[in-house]
Order: sequence, then structure tokens, then C-alpha cells
Amino acid sequence: MSQPFAKLPAWADYGLIPLVNLAVAFLVAGLVVLLVGENPLQAAALMIKGAFGSGEGIGYTLYYATNFIFTGLCVAVAFHCGLFNIGGEGQAYLGGLGVSLVCLSLGNVLPWWLTFPLAILGAALAGALWALIPAWLQARRGSHIVITTIMFNFIAASLMVYLLVGALKPATSQAPETAGFGLGGQLPQLGWLLQLFGLQVRSAPLNVSFLLALASAFLVWVLIWRTKLGYEIRTMGFSPRAADYAGISQTKIIVITMMISGALAGMMALNPIMGAQHRMQLDFVSGAGFVGIAVALMGRSHPVGIVLAAILFGMLYQGGAEIAFDMPNISRDMIVIIQGLVILFAGALEHMFRPAIQRLFGRIAGSDLRAAPIATGESH
Amino acid sequence: MDSYVTVLQLLDSTIRLSVPLLFACLAGLYSERAGIFDIGLEGKMLAGAFAAGTAAYLTGSAMVGLLAAVLVSVLLGLVHGFASITHRGNQIVSGVAINFIAAGTTVILGQAWFSQGGRTPSLPSSARFGTLQLPGAEALKDVPVIGHLYSELISGHSVLVYLAFLMVPFTWWVLQRTRFGLRLRAVGENPAAVDTAGISVTWLRYRAVICCGILCGLAGSYLAQAQGAGFVKDMTAGKGYIALAALIFAKWRPVNAMFACLLFGFLDALAIRMQGHPLPLIGEVPVQFMQALPYMLTVILLAGFIGKAIPPKAGGVPYVKER
Repeated sequence: MSQPFAKLPAWADYGLIPLVNLAVAFLVAGLVVLLVGENPLQAAALMIKGAFGSGEGIGYTLYYATNFIFTGLCVAVAFHCGLFNIGGEGQAYLGGLGVSLVCLSLGNVLPWWLTFPLAILGAALAGALWALIPAWLQARRGSHIVITTIMFNFIAASLMVYLLVGALKPATSQAPETAGFGLGGQLPQLGWLLQLFGLQVRSAPLNVSFLLALASAFLVWVLIWRTKLGYEIRTMGFSPRAADYAGISQTKIIVITMMISGALAGMMALNPIMGAQHRMQLDFVSGAGFVGIAVALMGRSHPVGIVLAAILFGMLYQGGAEIAFDMPNISRDMIVIIQGLVILFAGALEHMFRPAIQRLFGRIAGSDLRAAPIATGESH
Repeated sequence: MDSYVTVLQLLDSTIRLSVPLLFACLAGLYSERAGIFDIGLEGKMLAGAFAAGTAAYLTGSAMVGLLAAVLVSVLLGLVHGFASITHRGNQIVSGVAINFIAAGTTVILGQAWFSQGGRTPSLPSSARFGTLQLPGAEALKDVPVIGHLYSELISGHSVLVYLAFLMVPFTWWVLQRTRFGLRLRAVGENPAAVDTAGISVTWLRYRAVICCGILCGLAGSYLAQAQGAGFVKDMTAGKGYIALAALIFAKWRPVNAMFACLLFGFLDALAIRMQGHPLPLIGEVPVQFMQALPYMLTVILLAGFIGKAIPPKAGGVPYVKER
């Protein structure tokens, strides 16, 4: 306790600490790679080459990143309110229902630029509604939102299986998926954007929803830091009692925040369904909702950090698929390990390295400015 | 008589299906009663099952498999403890992390070591926990009603099944009748009081996390060595979360936990049984509805419509010693 603690400068708080956490996570992941008898450095090189070495690689990386930006924002918005929304997976799954209903009914009638806004609305609405019940239960009945959202993930999975093997499946088909969408239900690809830089994207399904993801990130920034609602959300997250004292309705803020969070998760469905597959398939979310947790923790719940972290995880997804060709022992499940390690080191163990780094900064600051005000204990 | 046999078979599979839930639920009970929320039951069970499958295959010994499962699960529990007790990290985040680490590692290692798509080679019967015939089961078999009940339902399970059900009164006794149990409960309700009495909150909570790890390991061992014959990718399939739901359903009490796990096991058995069999009046119940029922029941319970589930007061809150 006698050691001086300095308040960290912003670049260390938002840049250095996540990088240290990430480095440790990769170090441990490297041990797993060693354990299966491959060279971690070679694996990393292959991964980076697979993700960024070709236009197609970049296209896929950004395609996956699109999913993770949405789910990362979903988790982050809830974090700002002090809520842990673990239900992004289920909310995204339901979002797919919203997209599919719009595209199946209007895809053959309207052009894509008219279907798209409606599909966004459908996805956001479905996701938001799926988050509404856990939110309301948290706000009014005090049921723990983590548990209820987990339960809702399972309920969503059962519901969607039921619909995809039943009502949504065309009678002629065997596979558990909806019919293909008409042209109006298909988003334009963004390949031309990469071609401007002389890159060939080939089959990479990067599409317009990537731009929507970036726009959403910007809007989340505006919402959280530039609006009254955002201020209320952050107040609630910082101190529910202070929010209560300031006359902010807990129920209202929790419900609205969770619905925004659910809407963002729901919008993730646009990317794979409307942008790539042009139909809804069973289990299309495939864990993206959970990756969002790691992305939000990595990005320190800030939209800029989230976009960067999402691209990082997009790289892991795409590069991980490429590694499997050269190193058959390493499959995409490696990403699940890295994701877990990132959540562990950037989330649960975030306090592990912080005191040491603070002490380091404290010593540097203390040696040249003795009189500088020094905060003690944990600064957050 | 025929329907009696059907009912017995249904109850029999209820018991088999509820055992992993029961181990995991009691595991969560030790941890959460001490104030450490544990979302990571699923991951510990999965890692335990993988360790059991691997060790039992390599050594050919059922006991070694079980010990490996317990060891790996306890290690993961200690990681959870390190993050949430020592470093006062968010317990839920830590649990989520453990689930992912277990899900990924088991598949990667399984594929690298055995090249069977993430599963371990199937175990010979010597490396599994076979069924145990209770004394007199054979002799009483022909006695109507009771004999059948005894020989079909009560006898003829693996030793881990009996262990799981014995753990229920044992856990009750530990929590309610021992000094350790009293302190464990106290540290989940009011850690400051425990600290004031000169007892280490940290060490108590670590012990709770270790108990949790042991029981999750047993659950994993049961999955890989008794119910199945080897580890299969993602073989827990959400059982850890159902156990968590059962724990809330049971209001963090051991005997209630047993009934909750039996109920959820029964729903599972019923869902399997009812596939393709329409019910009178209602018609065919979709199997997905039955699968979602435990989760829906838990949500309804959490909403306070079937009594109120009140968690241990200090649950999820890291303890900061006053200075």
C-alpha cells in the first residue's frame, strides 16, 4: 500500500492494458498449440497470412468482423448500464426470424434498398423483443439477468429449431432452412470497395451490412456519450442509487437499454442471412453472440475499441479456417480457446496486471514530479 | 402390468439422466452457498469428461479416469477462484471464460491426440463404471410390483449413480451439521462477519470452489465412463446450465436440488419417450417444447411466480477486507 499508484493516462488504460491482456491470452493459446505439436509462431504467421494475405482473406475477415461488431456493441451497451447481457446469441437468432419474415414476404416484390430498411427494422425489433422479457424481469422482479438471458438462449434455440424444421421449411426441402430469398432479399456485395485497392475478393461475402455495422458503432458512440439517455444509462451503470436519487427510472432505463442491446444483436442476423446465404439456416449465429462478450471486454466497451477487437476476432476466424489446411491439428475450435482466454484475461483478470502497471507509472511519475497528486488504491 | 413396466422404464432413464445434473447442481451449491457464482459448471464438467475419457483409455483403469476428471475440474475451479477470489474479478465473466476454454481445448486436444473428430476412443468395459447388482435383485425379480421396482429401478445402476444420491444427504449434513458448513454458509451471506471472527474468507471460498470442482469432475466422469463409453465433442450439451437452473429452482438447498434434478431429468426422459407418440387431447407435443421446458420453468420461477428464489446474499460480490 505504500507504493504510489498513478492514475493511468488514457492511452495506457485503453491501449496498453488491453494489449498486455491480449498478449498473455495469446501466450497461453501458444502453449496449447505447442501441446498439439505445432509451432505457435508458424501458426500465427499462417493465421495472419490467411486473414490478410489476399483480397479474399480480407473480405472474409471483414465479413466475420461485421457479425462481431454487432454482438460486441450489444454486450457493450448493456455493460454501460451495469448489465451483463449474455443473451446476444438468442437475440441474434430471433433477429434472423425478423429478417427472414421480411425477406420471404417482400423479397420478390421490392428492390433490395426498400427491403433492407424493413429487414433492419424486423431484425432489430425481433432481437429487442427477445431481450424485453429478461429486462422486464430484472427491472421489476429482480430476477438475475445473466441467468434469464442464458435461459432465453436455450429457449430461442428450441424455438428456432421448431420453426426451421416446421413452419419455415419449404415442403419440398429436407434441410432445416427457409426457402431462398428473392433478389430483393439479397444485399449487394462490397467487393468493389476492395477492388479499388486492387484486391480480388472472389467469393468473400462481404456486403453492405458491414457499413451498417460501422454506422451502428458511430450511433452507439453518439447515444452513450452525446445524449441524455446515454448519460442516464451510464449513471445507472456507475451507481444505481445515484441514478435513483437523480430521478432516473430504473425500470425504464433497464428496459430501454436491454432493448437497444437486443436490437443490436438482432441486426447481426442481416449479415449472414441477407448478405451471404440468402436464406436462414439452422444455427447460423454459431457462437457470434458469445464472441461479442470477448469483443466488448477487449474493446473496453468503446465503439472504436469494439470495431478493432471485432476485426481482430474476424482475423482469428478467417485465419483459423486457413490454418486448418496446413496444420490439421488446429481447427477453428482454437478460436474458442482464444476467445475464452481473452475473456479470462481482459475480463475476469483485468485487475491482475493493472496494479503492477499503475505502480510502474506511479514510479515514473513519482521520480520526476514528487508533488503531483497521486491517487491511491484502484482507479477505474 | 404393461404400463407399469413403461413407467418403470421411464423412471429408470429419469435417474440415469438426472445424475450428471445432480452432481453439477450440488457442485454449484457448494460454490454459490459460499458466495461464488459459478456459470462455469458446464465447462468443468466437459473438461472432466474429456480427462476421464482420455485417462481411462490410456490406462485402462476406471478409477484413474475418475481421478483425472476430478483433478482437471478442480484445476479449472482454482482458475475461477484465482480470478474471482484472489483478483476479485467478475465471477460471471470468469465462468463464461472457463466454459469457452473447456469447449475449445477438449476438441483441439481430442483431435490432435486421437484424430477421431474430437472424440476419445471408446472405452473397454474395464475402464468404465459398470452396473452394480444390489443384493437380492435377482432373487426378488419375480415378486410382483415391489420385486420389479427393486430389481429394475433401484438396482442395476453404476456406482456413480448411488454416489450421486448419497451426496445429497451428505451435503445436507456438511452444510447444516458441521462447523465447515456453517462457516461456508456464513461466508456466502455475510463474509465480513466471518472475517471478524478471525476466519479466512479467502481460504473458505477456495475450499468451496475445490468442492465444486470435485463434484463437477464426478459429473464429467459419469458422462464419459458410465453413461457413455468415452468422451464425445460437446457431450455436456448445456447440462451445466440446466444444473444451474435446478440450483435456483431448488433455492440452493441440497434435498430440493435432488428433486429439481429428478424433475428436469424426468422431462428429458419424457421428451425422448414421447417422440412420435401423440398425447390424448393435446396431440403431439413438439420435442423442442419439452427440451425448452426446464428453461421456461426456471424463468417463471425466477420471475417469482412459483415462490421466490433468494440467492445467498453475498453471492457474486468479491470480498474486500477492510483496512
